[in-house]
Formats: sequence, C-alpha cells, structure tokens
Amino acid sequence: MTELRQRVAHEPDAPPEDKESESEAKLDGETASDSESRAEPAPPPASVDDTPEVLNRALSNLSSRWKNWWVRGILTLAMIAFFFIIIYLGPMVLMIIVMCVQIKCFHEIITIGYNVYHSYDLPWFRTLSWYFLLCVNYFFYGETVTDYFFTLVQREEPLRILSKYHRFISFTLYLTGFCMFVLSLVKKHYRLQFYMFGWTHVTLLIVVTQSHLVIHNLFEGMIWFIVPISCVICNDIMAYMFGFFFGRTPLIKLSPKKTWEGFIGGFFATVVFGLLLSYVMSGYRCFVCPVEYNNDTNSFTVDCEPSDLFRLQEYNIPGVIQSVIGWKTVRMYPFQIHSVALSTFASLIGPFGGFFASGFKRAFKIKDFANTIPGHGGIMDRFDCQYLMATFVNVYIASFIRGPNPSKLIQQFLTLRPDQQLHIFNTLRSHLVDKGMLTAATEDE
Amino acid sequence: MLELRHRGGRPGPGGAGAPPPREGEAAGGDHETESTSDKETDIDDRYGDLDSRTDSDIPEIPPSLDRTPEILKKALSGLSSRWKNWWIRGILTLTMISLFFLIIYMGSFMLMLLVLSIQVKCFHEIITIGYRVYRSYDLPWFRTLSWYFLLCVNYFFYGETVADYFATFVQREEQLQFLIRYHRFISFALYLAGFCMFVLSLVKKHYRLQFYMFAWTHVTLLITVTQSHLVIQNLFEGMIWFLVPISSVICNDITAYLFGFFFGRTPLIKLSPKKTWEGFIGGFFSTVVFGFTAAYVLSKYQYFVCPVEYRSDVNSFVTECEPSELFRLQSYSLPPFLKAVLRRETVSLYPFQIHSIALSTFASLIGPFGGFFASGFKRAFKIKDFANTIPGHGGIMDRFDCQYLMATFVHVYITSFIRGPNPSRVLQQLLVLQPEQQLNIYKTLKTHLTEKGILQPTLKV
Repeated sequence: MTELRQRVAHEPDAPPEDKESESEAKLDGETASDSESRAEPAPPPASVDDTPEVLNRALSNLSSRWKNWWVRGILTLAMIAFFFIIIYLGPMVLMIIVMCVQIKCFHEIITIGYNVYHSYDLPWFRTLSWYFLLCVNYFFYGETVTDYFFTLVQREEPLRILSKYHRFISFTLYLTGFCMFVLSLVKKHYRLQFYMFGWTHVTLLIVVTQSHLVIHNLFEGMIWFIVPISCVICNDIMAYMFGFFFGRTPLIKLSPKKTWEGFIGGFFATVVFGLLLSYVMSGYRCFVCPVEYNNDTNSFTVDCEPSDLFRLQEYNIPGVIQSVIGWKTVRMYPFQIHSVALSTFASLIGPFGGFFASGFKRAFKIKDFANTIPGHGGIMDRFDCQYLMATFVNVYIASFIRGPNPSKLIQQFLTLRPDQQLHIFNTLRSHLVDKGMLTAATEDE
Repeated sequence: MLELRHRGGRPGPGGAGAPPPREGEAAGGDHETESTSDKETDIDDRYGDLDSRTDSDIPEIPPSLDRTPEILKKALSGLSSRWKNWWIRGILTLTMISLFFLIIYMGSFMLMLLVLSIQVKCFHEIITIGYRVYRSYDLPWFRTLSWYFLLCVNYFFYGETVADYFATFVQREEQLQFLIRYHRFISFALYLAGFCMFVLSLVKKHYRLQFYMFAWTHVTLLITVTQSHLVIQNLFEGMIWFLVPISSVICNDITAYLFGFFFGRTPLIKLSPKKTWEGFIGGFFSTVVFGFTAAYVLSKYQYFVCPVEYRSDVNSFVTECEPSELFRLQSYSLPPFLKAVLRRETVSLYPFQIHSIALSTFASLIGPFGGFFASGFKRAFKIKDFANTIPGHGGIMDRFDCQYLMATFVHVYITSFIRGPNPSRVLQQLLVLQPEQQLNIYKTLKTHLTEKGILQPTLKV
C-alpha cells in the first residue's frame, strides 16, 4: 500500500523511503544498534535500486524526494496501463496473469522464510515447497476446470478419468510430498524443517486459495473481477491523496503514516468511484456475462443475455435526496447497489490486510517483500489488500447473487444412483408443483 | 504410537518409559550441534532471540506428573518398575478400548460428541506446546483469539455438514433456514472479526511472536479441525467406515509393537529408533487379516452398515436401511493357487472386505508416517509427549497422531470410489436455486431419466 505522508512537518530532503524507515524505527522504540544490525550483510537484501536507467537519467536533476515521487507515479501509471491491456486481451490471459502473480507472491514469502531461518541449505526443502505449490494448484485447478469445462472434459477419455478420480490423485500427490518431508527430516535440523513446513503451508493457504477465488470471481463475469480490484487500488490512491493534503490524525500505530482523514476521504471517494465504474461497465456484455468455454470455437466466450442485475431499473429516490438533486427517480443498474457494498468493504476492511502485511514486515524487520517493482517493492506489497477482497467477493457472490452452479448440480446428479436420482426428481417435482411452477398439464411436455 | 522395543537387549531404566531417557540422551548428544544450526537471525527484537535460542533454552517441560491413579499404584507396587510400567500401559489400553466399545454402543450422536471433544483436546495440547515454545503465555488477547478461531472454523464446518444431514429438520425452522442460506457469509464475517482483532492487538514489541502464534494456530486448526470433520463425515456414511479404519490403525500399533518386541532386529527409520522392519511387516500382515475379519463381522449388522440419518419424527439418529450392495454377500471365484490351498471353488465375501484390504494397507504402510511426523515434531520441540492426560501413554495427540492421515484417506476413498456426492446435499442446493433454473433443471432431468428408462413416460395424472 502506498504510505501516506504526514502533512508537511516531516519532509526532509533525504529519500522519503529511508526517512520513513528511520522514523518508523524510532517510533518502534528500537535502539540504535537495531539500525546497525539491519545493515549487516546478512539477509534480507539491501534495497537495490531497480529503477531503469532511462528514468534515472530523466529525473536526475530533481531532488531525490520528488524523484522518488515521480518514480512511484510513473510506475503506478505503468501498472494501471498494463492492467487495461490485460483486460483487453481477455479472460484467458487474465487467468495466466493471476497464476503468475500467485507464483511470484509465493516465491516472495517463501524467500522471506528462508532468510529468517537461514534455511536456504536445508536438504530438499526448496524442492518440497515448490512441489506442494504444484499439488495444491493441481487440486484447485482440477476442481475449477471440471466445473467450467464440463463438456470438454466429458469428451476426452483421459480427462474424464482424471476428473473422476481427481481428489484421490491430488491426495496421493500430496501424501507423497508429506512422506518425502518425513523422510527428509535430518537430525540436527528438525525444528527448522518443521518451521519451514508450517511456513509453506500457511503461505499456500493464503496465496493459492485466494488466487483461485479470484479466478472463480472472474468466471462469474469480468466485472466481478475488475470492480473490486479497482476499488482497492482507488482506495489506496485516494487515501494517499487525502492524507497528503489533509492528513493530521494518525490512524493506527502499526502504520504511522495512515491518517483518519485519508481513511474517511478514501472511503467516500471509493464508493463514488465504484458507483461510476459499475455504471460504465454494466453497459457492456463482455464484462457482464459469465465466461464460458465454447466447444465449437475452442475458446472463451462472453456472450449472453445480461441478467437482471445488469438491466437498468427505476429506483425512487428517498425524500432527502430528492430535494437536493431535484429528480424523483433515478435509473440505475442493481449491480451499482452491490458495488456500494464492495467499495465499502474495500475501504473499511481492505486496509486491515495492509496492516497485517505491515505488521508482518515489522515483525521480520523487512522493508518490502521484495524489490520487483521500483519504488513500490514486491508484488506482495501491491497485492496485500486484494486478498481479503477476493475472498469477500467470492463469499458475497455465493451468498447473495447466485446459488450453486446449475450445470455443476446436473453433473453431480448424473453421478448418483438411479434410485437416488428418482427420489430427488420426485421431490423436485412436488416442490415445483407446490410453488405453482408446474401444473399437471405441463407434465406431459 | 506404542514404541517398539528391541529384542531382549536393553532393559530400559523406566521400563516402557525407556523411550524418554533414551531420547533425552540422544537429544543431549545433539545439543551442541543443534544449537548452532537452529540459530536464526537474531535482530535485537526482544523476542527475536526465541528463534536463535539454543535448544537447551527451550523451557523444560514440567517433569512428568505421575497421573497413575493411586489404586493402580498400590496394586502394582510389588513389581519392578519396568513391568509396572508395562502393566499400566496395558491396563490403560484395555480401558480405552472398552470405553470405545461403550461409546459405539451408545450410538452415533455420542460418537460425534466424542470426536468433538477429542478435537478440542488435541487443539488445546498443540496450542499449549506453542505457548511453551514461544513463552507466549502472556501475549495479550492471544488465548482468546485462538479459541475464537477454533469456534469459527468449527461453526463453519458444522454448518456445512449439519445442513446436509439435517435437511428435513432445517426446513422446518425459519431462523435455521436463514442461518443456512447465509452460512458462508456469516462464517466469513466471524472470521474477519477475529482477523481484525488480531491486527488491532499487535503490540509493538511482540510482533514476531504474535505472528508465530497466529500461524501456529492456523496450522493446528488446519490439522485438527478439518480432519475431525472428515471423521464425522465418514461416520455419517456408516459407522463401519468409522470403526474399521480406526481399529486397523490401533491394531497396527499393537501388533507392530508385539512383532517388534518378539522379533525385532532391523531398525526402520532413524527418527523412531524403536521401530523395526520386522514389526512393520508383521504389523502389516496382521492388520490386513484383522481388517478383513472385522469387516466380515461388522458387515452383518444394519447398525454399522447403514448411513446415519436424522429422523425428524423421532428426533434422533437412526441407522436403518436396505444395506447397499457393498454389504451383501457375493460369491467370488478363487484364483487357482488359493483354490488348491483352501480346496474351495468360490468364497462368499462382502465386497466391503475387498475395500477393507485397501484401508488396512493404508493404515499399516502410510499411517506410520503420521506417527513419524509426530515423533519428529516432538524431537524438534524437545518434548517427550504432547501432554500427560493418559497415564503411561501421554496426551490425546499421542494416541491419535496416526489417525489423522487415515481419516482423510478414508474420506477421499469414499468420495472417489464408493459414492458420488451426497444426495441430500444435491437436493438442498436444487431447492435454493431460482425457480426458473429449477424448472430448466427439472426438464433436463426428466429427459435424462426417461431416456435411461428410470422414469416411465407419465400418463396424465
């Protein structure tokens, strides 16, 4: 998350990052010996200046504070432009990007673990970590792929077997890794190995499950992927801006640069942004329709009749706002109401993900997760708030928007025994008859 | 797991309690070398040194409280301490087994409660070890948060299972309907509240410790809670799916111990020096035979074989059904070499017995890895036992360490090879859909069933 700057008071000429770290260090009440020990050659690696030469030269005459501000700004715009390009390229590319981000995040967190425990040389451990990543990904992709590529899977015999025994195969793969771990326990390194085992599993839990939730959201409709992510990004930027211009009251000890003004300003700005963005996006089918795999063209298509959520409806404006705006009714997409919920979550709870990551960095005395993005740190630094958001969107969709996936239900139904199928069919029939959806007359159709 | 004893050779000072002094010695030998390799970056953090602490700094686990009841002690006071310990273990083993039988007799509901209490106790044991390792007993909020997370995750899992199996009960009550429909959302909100409390409870000097305990809690939850719920799901499939695996693991423990005691010579793995190949292989064969026999005996009774259902009229669990094909005797023709041995053409078996071979094989070959994992864990954290709950045996975790892998395996086995998805769950999900979707599905199903001949084309009703 972009750190807010406190208004005017502290701005020195030294590069803001170092100053931040010093003031943070002082706030932590650590002693001078701390900064010394941080300078030790031992890991974590010192900040490498990754800024491309081009930028360096272009900005060489500005003072380092502004230079850094510009570097961050340019990189932010570059990342946003990249995001737009990927959206344009379609769901398949998005999936691949999500996958790459996941792998990079995993790598960053595991590397931190290695550095903390000096365990780079543990026998087998790097292999095992990547092996577990592969297993868990295989399990999750198998579950998703089976759902969404149902017809494709049924056609191909080997795929069908793989999908039928999918859980068993995944479990066997995982067990193999587990047994390898037990066999690799070396007398002097037990505790270290158990720590790394625990570290790997927690990282997998965080990184892999959430990236798959992101992909689930994506398949629901690209709008469910784009709006939440944009809201989090917007909240970051807006909170930064508000904090920069109006920031006065500190928000939480963990991140001394966050301010209440930034927090609240960011909240309102994000809600407005979410409303506008969903209005714009709800008009286009390519964002609104669930992603489906078309067997004939062998590619992903987004083509459908937009659901009720994405059709304009008239809403009566409550009396209070009527007098202000002067309209009686307003035409909105129902989705915009949902976007208010999403934006609210992004602004109020999303930051907790950022605080968690800040606490983690403080705990392990690292400044950034890695140095991948100049001026911003690692991929994890940019994505720490997104994780809670992805889970929330997924739970929100499952609870309020749609029920279970009908095609998945049919698929499950077909695997039941005939007597069970009959029983369910009859129950469904009586249920529909009760509801008046089915009459005896239509039975014969 | 019961430690095997090497044949004859070493009369341990404490009898069957020999493992601890021996392990202690072995560990003592490791002390110097382990301390250097376990050191982590010590960055002046107040608690940073906990990572680099030498192993000898790990807080001493309080000397084993001798929880043997007085009466046992008096009865056995005449024997030498080695035999005394052997007798205590033996008596406790028999007690546990009879308790197990008693609870089976009392029914599935009691079994569920038992599984739940074991889960809570295991969680408590592992968390307590974490507190001791990190000396974090006084961390603000942390005990509350650990128990809160346990509650959340249990609520989530019980909601998912309960909703399936109590479908009829749930349909009746309006409030329960609401809770079920928004179950995931409610669970997530509860979890988030705990997460935010954690973030707000981070205290300046204790960051690393708090993160460690947070991770420790989550890994423990992952292990204990998910597996106990898999056990309960297996139980609902039919008590036999609960009993045969657990008994196979227990049998493997006991027979491997006995084989090792009488014939043990070749060490199996450095991690548990008392395990021997003879015990391992002997245990394997006896467990397969035991599983086969137990499956045969239990398959006869509807009580064990039928899925557990909740009947709303009687407001209790019933196990009554038409036994599925798995539990009906079938004739199998014997392969030629067995024919010569047994002098029979065919044999009547329950198909379930074939599955029981798979289960027993897993219990004997892979189950022990769970035990090795737990041994490694105890070595790593320099503890003899997880706790002192059961005299002579250690904590509940000590007894259940092999069961965990077994429970997951049985669950995966059932879902892959035995049955498909749970029918009541499919029904429940169907009923939650939008009416139009239901109508569409109805039409699809009708076509499918008519094609398959399961549904006769209906006349006007």
